[in-house]
Amino acid sequence: MPSIISIQNLSKTYASGFTALKTINLDIERGEIFALLGPNGAGKTTLIGIICGILNASTGSVTVGGHDIGRDFRAARSMIGLVPQELTTDAFESVWDTVSFSRGLFGKPKNPAHIEKVLKDLSLWDKKDNKIRTLSGGMKRRVLIAKALSHEPKVLFLDEPTAGVDVELRKDMWQVVRDLRASGVTIILTTHYIEEAEDMADRIGVISKGEIILVEQKAELMRKLGKKQLVLHLQQPLVEIPPDIFGRANLTLGDGGKELTFTYDTQGERTGVTRLLTDLNRLDIRLRDLETKQSSLEEIFIGLVSDNERAAAGAQS
Amino acid sequence: MNGRAILAIYKFEMARTLRTIWQSIVSPVISTSLYFVVFGAAIGSRITEIEGIPYGAFIVPGLIMLTLLTQSTMNASFGIYFPRFTGTIYEILSAPVSAFEIACGYVGAAATKSVILGLVILATSWLFVPIQILHPFWMIGFLILTAVTFSLFGFIIGIWADGFEQLQIIPLLIITPLTFLGGTFYSTHVLPPLWQKIALFNPVVYLISGFRWSFFEVADVTPAISLGMTLVFLLVCLAVVWWIFRTGYRLKK
Repeated sequence: MPSIISIQNLSKTYASGFTALKTINLDIERGEIFALLGPNGAGKTTLIGIICGILNASTGSVTVGGHDIGRDFRAARSMIGLVPQELTTDAFESVWDTVSFSRGLFGKPKNPAHIEKVLKDLSLWDKKDNKIRTLSGGMKRRVLIAKALSHEPKVLFLDEPTAGVDVELRKDMWQVVRDLRASGVTIILTTHYIEEAEDMADRIGVISKGEIILVEQKAELMRKLGKKQLVLHLQQPLVEIPPDIFGRANLTLGDGGKELTFTYDTQGERTGVTRLLTDLNRLDIRLRDLETKQSSLEEIFIGLVSDNERAAAGAQS
Repeated sequence: MNGRAILAIYKFEMARTLRTIWQSIVSPVISTSLYFVVFGAAIGSRITEIEGIPYGAFIVPGLIMLTLLTQSTMNASFGIYFPRFTGTIYEILSAPVSAFEIACGYVGAAATKSVILGLVILATSWLFVPIQILHPFWMIGFLILTAVTFSLFGFIIGIWADGFEQLQIIPLLIITPLTFLGGTFYSTHVLPPLWQKIALFNPVVYLISGFRWSFFEVADVTPAISLGMTLVFLLVCLAVVWWIFRTGYRLKK
């Protein structure tokens, strides 16, 4: 798939000397939902800020739809809609006026039908004449999304779009995002709710300490780094793991000897589950129940970031 | 050129004026009327005329200029400072809009408000004193040029300011005193020779003098110099605004 955003050797060092981004290279594919994950202060918002024109890069280049964000900023920015992390709205404007203002700012002719559709999709239609200051936090977040969609962007940045939004609103928002993706809009999102990224994203990028440490198709990432566990609930507790059982190194005993957990590689052609069950039968270890567990994206993410932080600490010492 | 963006910013700012009409229009008109009562009627009854012009009429251009300078500066500075303060500036910075277009929107709206205000004050002063305008074309020209120049100046202050106090400092502590000392209520010719020379370092003297000339053909300095000085200040402000957007000073980290 061709890339719609291409980031080459991008870095950002603030006047204070703090390096927020170190040589970022990243391509965002047209029409995908790309989740950028990282702990607080990892550089997510800085990266988005540079692409959208809010911050200046120290080095490197970015193109959006083939347009350089510096030399050809009009064409590049026209393609982008940005939903910022902070709830920054014009308190005294009405919802309709502020969304219409955004469309004008991006040089688009008036299109009340489009504004109406956006407001209806985001369940804001009945609030269109309300002053923004009278809205709840979740509604203000929707207004920001409506503003970003007012000029029909080809690329939508959602920086923590569901922060402070209740479950019902969140579901609606993600439906809007799915519909946008279906209409061909490329979506880049950051979120602290990793289960949302797991649910929504096509690809995952992990950023830590200003570096992209991994970019992978979500399914591939889960397959490569996800561990699977077979948890066996035993009828009689074991004192220790039998020495002659298959896969002893990958077995752990818990719950007072009543729970035997086997961790195996999902990528391997032979997981060893059959041999383990055969051995249990041979050793006359009877099961009360069994279940399988797969590590979540959150566990993978935490593992990746901690590994990176350990590596960085090791390099410094 | 993103004309729609300029129009969007312009309309947004003008809508803000309508929302705050008491502060934006009514309050300055009341203040100016009070100046007429105090200086025109109370004090003016003892000063019959200056340079052949009735005192009440003589102060009209100065009073319009006083309001024009302070309001242009305050309107434009607040217009750009408020989005910085609330964070909504992100939208302006991420839009396909050039620095020139952003400045056009904000400065255009601030200057429009000031010109309207100047004309309202002119109309109000007609209620107090008979006024003649010998050069209406130049009067409108000076009015617009000064409004645009000081709106640009206000725009710079709005970007420079780091708090509401700084936003107020320049209009209150610099522009208002300079306007009072720049011949709003008197001709600099009535000053002692040394103070006449010192007054020439006050840029507002040139603005009031040129504006007053358009009314009465009476001036402290020749109109060409007034026009030249206003244009110089305009160019300086334009250069500073261009530099701000080129470097992202106080706008982009």
